Amino acid sequence: MRREGSAFAGLGVVTLKELSDHMTGMRMIVMEWLVVLLALGVVYTGIQQIRQVSAEDPFLFLRLFTRAGEGLPSFVSVLSFLVPLVAIGIGFDLVSSERSQRTLSRILSQPIYRDALLFGKYLGGLITIIIMLVALWLLVIGLGILTLGLPPGPEEVARALAMLVVTIVYAGVWLGLALLFSIVFRSPATAAFVALGLWLFFTVLWPLLAPYAAAPFVSETVQTPGDLLTQISVLQAFARVSPGSLFGEIVGVLLDPTVRSTQQPLLASLGLVLLQPGSIPGAPLPLVQSLLVVWPQIVAMIAGAILLFVIGYVTFQRQEVRA
Amino acid sequence: MSEETVIEAAGLTKTYGEAVAVDHISFKVGRGEIFGLLGPNGAGKTTTILMLLGLTEISSGEVRVLGHNPAREPLSVKRVVGYLPDTVGFYDHLTAADNLHYTARLIGFTKDVREKKIAEALDRVGLAEQAEKRVGTFSRGMRQRLGLAEILMKGAQIAILDEPTTGLDPHATSELLGIIRAFKSEGVSVLLSSHMLERVQSVCDRVALFSGGKIALMGTVPELGRQVLGGGYVVDIEADGAGLADRLALIPGVSGVERTGIGKLRLHSDRDVRPEAAAEVVAMQGRLKYLGVQEASLEAIYTRYFESMAQERSGVKDGERHAA
Repeated sequence: MRREGSAFAGLGVVTLKELSDHMTGMRMIVMEWLVVLLALGVVYTGIQQIRQVSAEDPFLFLRLFTRAGEGLPSFVSVLSFLVPLVAIGIGFDLVSSERSQRTLSRILSQPIYRDALLFGKYLGGLITIIIMLVALWLLVIGLGILTLGLPPGPEEVARALAMLVVTIVYAGVWLGLALLFSIVFRSPATAAFVALGLWLFFTVLWPLLAPYAAAPFVSETVQTPGDLLTQISVLQAFARVSPGSLFGEIVGVLLDPTVRSTQQPLLASLGLVLLQPGSIPGAPLPLVQSLLVVWPQIVAMIAGAILLFVIGYVTFQRQEVRA
Repeated sequence: MSEETVIEAAGLTKTYGEAVAVDHISFKVGRGEIFGLLGPNGAGKTTTILMLLGLTEISSGEVRVLGHNPAREPLSVKRVVGYLPDTVGFYDHLTAADNLHYTARLIGFTKDVREKKIAEALDRVGLAEQAEKRVGTFSRGMRQRLGLAEILMKGAQIAILDEPTTGLDPHATSELLGIIRAFKSEGVSVLLSSHMLERVQSVCDRVALFSGGKIALMGTVPELGRQVLGGGYVVDIEADGAGLADRLALIPGVSGVERTGIGKLRLHSDRDVRPEAAAEVVAMQGRLKYLGVQEASLEAIYTRYFESMAQERSGVKDGERHAA
């Protein structure tokens, strides 16, 4: 039997309320300053490096995002590290705070469906992150134009935009996870703790553990280049369990037109070069081709975000309103 | 009970796995009626309320709220019903008016309508001056009144109030009950659950006594009194005079006299024997200090009912033990 009315009645109202709560809340202001200051500091030191080193680089502007100052991470690695933190900070008490403030049953007794409340909360959180990321992106581009003294080319802008979109999807994955925990755990402290634990696990521990986890599935003997590629594929498959690795792979390809395969950086670290028939090593790829290289990873990340949201959605629909 | 029925429940049941929270209850609430749900914690009152609102699934049975089925048409039901949950919460960082604005936008009122209705509602519950204060600074009584303002603003035809007076001081309780009575005078039906029996008695037209997920008793307070306490009258007397008890026992209709204190007597009778009792005291040249008849109180009904239930249960248990 069909439900009466639209599941999204009240969606806009909830989204706007959430957005205004986030934008005026102390928590978000602190996180914004943290991310903006850290990211700008990293970009600034990166620029000093770029000025000294690269005289002739056709994609100088993209180096803003990937080049790191001495002993510092690059802008994209800061994003890969901090975006989950911001998403968790926004999402870990989205639903549980409605319970602890005892507003949930009162709001749900208004003529809206639960769908609108949950979707509005996710959307409000995501828009908050988007606003922050777009502002940050513009700041970095502006800083680049001012200090490097040259405008970015259309190809570079397009690649930087693609990176921005991928970062938003990456934030969506973590926001979905945080929202899920805010539904499953009644106590915001537990939800925050579990989410942060997972974040630490995936950003710090998993990159170290993945090779060991993959070990049983990798053949010991490497005789042909084919064996080596298989080995690398298995290692990558395990590493990709972490959304951070997926993000790193995608951004690595999008921001460097000379990268033709996600396996290239790994091969390069072994002192090997991937040669593809009919290609000139080191020649830049068009953006569409770069996108095609990482399309599966992008789709996997979008799917991850949707899956986490759906699990949260189903859990929320089945929960009792009363504690 | 008025002619038009606004809430009709038939065989309403809610089970959680094996546990039965609400067990085949049926009742009707008429327009402009104040209907009380009474009973101990865990008797199924709040679950019943949530089923009426479509906020929890109905395991079996039928409910109609103004002709709508809450399980199938929750939006139509929630548009006409105002709900004040047990210990209502508001967003503490927002002002009273902003909290109501959020609800009003969810309902779908336009800006002009919103402004007008919110101002009116806050004025009626006496919070007009606190409209721009953050709810975080509000006392419990003020939050409850804000909850009622929300129902007023919504223009609800049915107000469902879960434990509205719990935790309020006597002054705040009277204010709240005043607002609830005003609902009735406007033709709004009120369904309220409560422990505060004396207070409930003063506002409810009819009550339903919940016990173990079932409605044990239902009706007006005097009706319940006759059912539970029996048809008798209880007259208390405080007077001097030797042998007064014996003389009073001879009054036709008096079935018993008990001594409740020094110079205090209680008569059990099948009619109001106050005139005869007063005449007896005067005839004996005694000094009459107090004479009163006990009205059937909800408190007495409630206590007596659950006492007798407990006795029955222990009686059954003893019987089982003997049988074994």
